[in-house]
Amino acid sequence: MKALNQLPTTISAAIRGLFSDPQSIWADLVMTVIGIIMVIIVIVLAALVLILLERKVAGWISQRPGPNRLGPRGWFQTLADALKLIGKEDVTPAGADKFIFKVAPMLVFGLPIMTLAVIPYGMGLVPVDLDLGVFYFLAISAVSTIAFLMAGWGSNSKYSMLGGMRAVAQMISYEIPLIFSLLGVVMLTETFNLNKIVEAQSVVPFIVLQPLAFLIYVIAGIAEVNRAPFDLVEADQEVVAGPMTEYTGLRWGLFFLGEYGNMTAVSALAATMFLGGWQGPEFLPGWIWFWLKTGILIFFMMWVWWTFPRIRIDHLMHFAWKVLLPLSLLNILLTGLGIYIYQLVIGG
Amino acid sequence: MSVERTEELLLNMGPQHPSMHGVFRMVVHLEGEVVTKLDPKIGYLHRGMEKLAEGRTYPQFIPYTDRLDYLASPHNNFAYVLAVEKLMGVEIPERAEYLRIIFAELARIASHLVFIASAALDIAGWTGWGYAFRDRERILDLFEMTAGSRLTVNAMRIGGMSIEPPAEFWPALKSFLDDLPEMLEEYYGIYFGNEITMGRLKSVGILTPQMIQDLSITGPSLRASGIKYDVRRAEPYSIYDRFDFDIPVLHGCDSYDRNLIRLEEIKESAKILRQAVRDIPEGPIMAKVPKLIKPPAGEVYHRVENPKGELGFYIVSDGSTKPVRMRIRSGSFINLQVLDEICRGWKIQDVIAIFATLDAVLGEVDK
Repeated sequence: MKALNQLPTTISAAIRGLFSDPQSIWADLVMTVIGIIMVIIVIVLAALVLILLERKVAGWISQRPGPNRLGPRGWFQTLADALKLIGKEDVTPAGADKFIFKVAPMLVFGLPIMTLAVIPYGMGLVPVDLDLGVFYFLAISAVSTIAFLMAGWGSNSKYSMLGGMRAVAQMISYEIPLIFSLLGVVMLTETFNLNKIVEAQSVVPFIVLQPLAFLIYVIAGIAEVNRAPFDLVEADQEVVAGPMTEYTGLRWGLFFLGEYGNMTAVSALAATMFLGGWQGPEFLPGWIWFWLKTGILIFFMMWVWWTFPRIRIDHLMHFAWKVLLPLSLLNILLTGLGIYIYQLVIGG
Repeated sequence: MSVERTEELLLNMGPQHPSMHGVFRMVVHLEGEVVTKLDPKIGYLHRGMEKLAEGRTYPQFIPYTDRLDYLASPHNNFAYVLAVEKLMGVEIPERAEYLRIIFAELARIASHLVFIASAALDIAGWTGWGYAFRDRERILDLFEMTAGSRLTVNAMRIGGMSIEPPAEFWPALKSFLDDLPEMLEEYYGIYFGNEITMGRLKSVGILTPQMIQDLSITGPSLRASGIKYDVRRAEPYSIYDRFDFDIPVLHGCDSYDRNLIRLEEIKESAKILRQAVRDIPEGPIMAKVPKLIKPPAGEVYHRVENPKGELGFYIVSDGSTKPVRMRIRSGSFINLQVLDEICRGWKIQDVIAIFATLDAVLGEVDK
């Protein structure tokens, strides 16, 4: 099993070995390109699997079988949907700001790819090993707020505009508890590098040391990704589809893929920072542990969607600013106190 | 130099909208997310039923009544045939009376289940919707067993019932009634008891008793505001006076109580059904009525307690086989008046939730 665990390191060493100078810039370039391709494959596969899984899980929770006609037990459903979307007419609403309208879905799909690039998927399996990992992740996911606003504004439709404004209010409000909850972990490890954070959890995962932060992160994460019960941005019953109302065909598909990419990214970060990333008992290689943990969190998001009704916008803001924010500040205080006392006990 | 100002947003919701209960259009005046005025526009499902009635004989009109409140169609039949029988003075056989009550109360349960499902759906409690519709399937199976049609049952005739339920109807009905309390517990768990639901619906959309009196609101919305009034007790029709059932009343006047009262009403309907199944006698299901129905000249108004409100038929007859004028007083149409007033000051999301609790079916509203 150790061999399987170290498979990525072995493979990358082998590829570097193909070059005359394994540390040359050309080797680095090739490894980076392979990393990018890997991330894109990850996100496309994740979207493919998740879209169907979502509908199946949704079906089982509401006592239905979910899609089961296309392919064995419905597994080709996503492929069929993708083909259908490609075949649709590409409509740009009259009076829409063409540039903003067309760029928005590209942003929504591109940003998760960028965020997923810094996650360690296994031992030595991180596409881009940034020392600023956490900071970079949060900064990039903050840009998705603008992407939704662009979609809402560029569509020249009242429903889209309403959805876009809601997106801004919601995503900005929940970003702060999200960031503060991660601050606790960063205080414990004194680094932003995601690889080092995972390695620091070799004894005990940080969920044990930071349970409150984990809870806040999960709630704020669900709100950041616009998933129920925080899905007012794309609430069917009120704003038709929010910023995505006027998009057709593959443009809408990009939004959809972006949403699942975001979901994967947020779950992956939670798995990395709180659940120990690729660490786990030896009987399974690291890169399987990682996907198991991420998968559990994604399943939890789906579970929550089909159980709870939607929260109202003023309750949403109240919850973010008056409940989550003070709690996350409390968490930082407690973590700081804990570190201080620990150093007193150990050092003195 | 441009001046910055905020404008009122005019949002058109419907007639094509993922959550309108039928084809209904609302023009909502918004300040940000807060509603300042709501303009309901109806008529998208108008089929000219009252005019069509003037060209049809009395028995021919019965299938049309199915399509009024299509979610509780046996009840519409009930209201109509009772009105004509009142005009004609016909005595209905006992078994037919019991069968009619069974179908009417099953329709009430089915309609309330759809209400629970749509109310859950409108605040995005998707699973609540799934559960309620799954359970409603059993009622629709019962209807299909008897009349061949799931939704528009058309089983009542002037003088009794047209068809006798088959042998497998009774055990299926009994098993449905036995499973009902557990189903209601499930709804409580997934929808009514949920903190988010309560947050969304409590104190939202207050319907005061004064408003009810001024605008003649009827139905469960009335009983959720503390007024204990039910046509089945106020003006008993058919054999409702033989049954032992309560009129549930809640005092919250808000959307949450309008939701909860229907859950209570399902329990009461189940009580009535159990008594009906226990007491139903053998016998004929159709009275001796002439082949050609010619009620004496005169006019009649008869009302029943429809799941949505008070459904009344006003029929003017001149002694011929076709009515001169038929006027349908539908609960949903009258209840819808209050939408503007109770939505003001709430947010768009509340408008959807409140509209769901008014339980308007556009078939009834537009006729």
